Amino acid sequence: MNRTRIDYRITVLSWLAALLIAFPLIWMALMSFKSDFNAVHNPFDFSSWTLESYTSVFRDQAYFLYLMNSIVTALGATALALALALPAAWSLTFAPSPNRSSIMIWILSTKMMPAIGILMPAFLIYNKLMLLDTQLGLVLMVAAGNLPIIIWMLFSYFKDIPYGIIEAARIDGASVRKEIFLFLLPLAAPGLASTALLSIILAWNESFWTLNLSGANAAPLTAFIASFSSPQGLFWARLSAASCLAVIPILIVGWLCQRHLVRGLTFGAIK
Amino acid sequence: MPAIGFLAIFSFLPLAVTLVFSVLRYRLLAPRIPAFCGFQNFLRLFSDTQFLESVVHTSEIVITVITLSVLGGLILAFLLNHEMPGKRLIRMLVISPFFIIPTVGALIWKNLLLDPAGGVISTLFKQLGMMPIDTFAVMPMAMVILIVLWQWLPFATLILLTSLQSLDTDQLEAASLDGAKGLDCLYHITLPHLLRPMTIVILMELLYLLAIFAEVLVTTAGGPGSKTTNLTYYIYSKALLEFNVGAASAAGLLAVVLANIITLVMSKPIKRSVGL
Repeated sequence: MNRTRIDYRITVLSWLAALLIAFPLIWMALMSFKSDFNAVHNPFDFSSWTLESYTSVFRDQAYFLYLMNSIVTALGATALALALALPAAWSLTFAPSPNRSSIMIWILSTKMMPAIGILMPAFLIYNKLMLLDTQLGLVLMVAAGNLPIIIWMLFSYFKDIPYGIIEAARIDGASVRKEIFLFLLPLAAPGLASTALLSIILAWNESFWTLNLSGANAAPLTAFIASFSSPQGLFWARLSAASCLAVIPILIVGWLCQRHLVRGLTFGAIK
Repeated sequence: MPAIGFLAIFSFLPLAVTLVFSVLRYRLLAPRIPAFCGFQNFLRLFSDTQFLESVVHTSEIVITVITLSVLGGLILAFLLNHEMPGKRLIRMLVISPFFIIPTVGALIWKNLLLDPAGGVISTLFKQLGMMPIDTFAVMPMAMVILIVLWQWLPFATLILLTSLQSLDTDQLEAASLDGAKGLDCLYHITLPHLLRPMTIVILMELLYLLAIFAEVLVTTAGGPGSKTTNLTYYIYSKALLEFNVGAASAAGLLAVVLANIITLVMSKPIKRSVGL
């Protein structure tokens, strides 16, 4: 296998495949610079460029509300999930009980449960507790949805920390709190960071609970974009502009930490 | 552990409530108070062709997308695992769809690409002098599958490609020195190496594909008729469109049971592949 030679057939094929797969996104970006009329009626006419769609999205006060909701939901859910997952992953790694693997599988199994199975009660309970269409409600639900994956991911990072260091800290009389804050967190900082990023990506893109438990007040960008599916009016350019704005931050995060994501999404099986 | 408590509150409590609701005749729109009705909800489900269809549709989505994304992912991973100009950029382009908000992805496909009036594909058709087809009317299920596949093929590619890059090249060199041909290497070294990542890809996709929702909601809303109603969308329509709490809960419970059976079947390979 000669890896240094460049085979041009493979290069051309790869470029074709890549452009084909990314075409919908490239097209979206192109359309966002057209007017609504041209996007629908002259999709191949690229003679006129305009920022009209972007300015109209920004003029829409509601857009900033959706954006804020997305940010609050993603960051809030990540903070909450990490706060809960840290002690859990710590105890699973460094103070394991005999049935650790069953607990781990149980934790994952809550993720296997389709969210739809609890839609009805969740909706009614939220209704009773006045959590429907609130940021807090979304944060709680999205955090709960991502928690299993986050515990698993943290566990996979903690597992790689040499046990000797933690043991030495214990022998020197470090309390559990000191053990976690002075030793574990600094050692696991890169892992922690990539777990947080994965959690932000998942929470930002979450589109089951965000569509079902939110209305006019707490709806994040996922729901805002979904509202473009109504047939009255063809606002394709505006849809494209709003979509670009909604996906670009996450796309960049995703590109920057591909490798960590692979590790996280495979629970540390592939590094 | 607080995490366990939190998970329990958010998974078991609602599940218990689902269980109770599933044996009640409970409609939010009906004036009667909820009453016990035994297994009527379940019996009615099993005689509801829409429900049975939704199970079939769900399996169609899951099986097709998993098969095609794993196969396509393998091909792409082998293709991209070569030195070439623009390698990083190609990789970025290929994995991008995975990071896109599902509602965004679905609407781009539905409007910008596939719309019979102004979509790219139908405009191309028109310029070639052919009649554009309203793909969502003619083959709605294929379109939903296409969109979902577009989101998950990059995921399979990313995982398999990364794993391919971590393959020890010394092993391959040693094998070829010993006279192993390309195909032998593929069968005895590379594919076994990819088995674990493939298991994980299948598992993760199962988890998410069983619950596909946004894509159906914004493109077809389960239609035309109920041609693209999957289990998730069926329950959603029972729950939040018809407000039939009993029926939705019964169907939800069946979905949970189904998922648990899958978990049970998968738990051995999961434990093995993450080395627990």
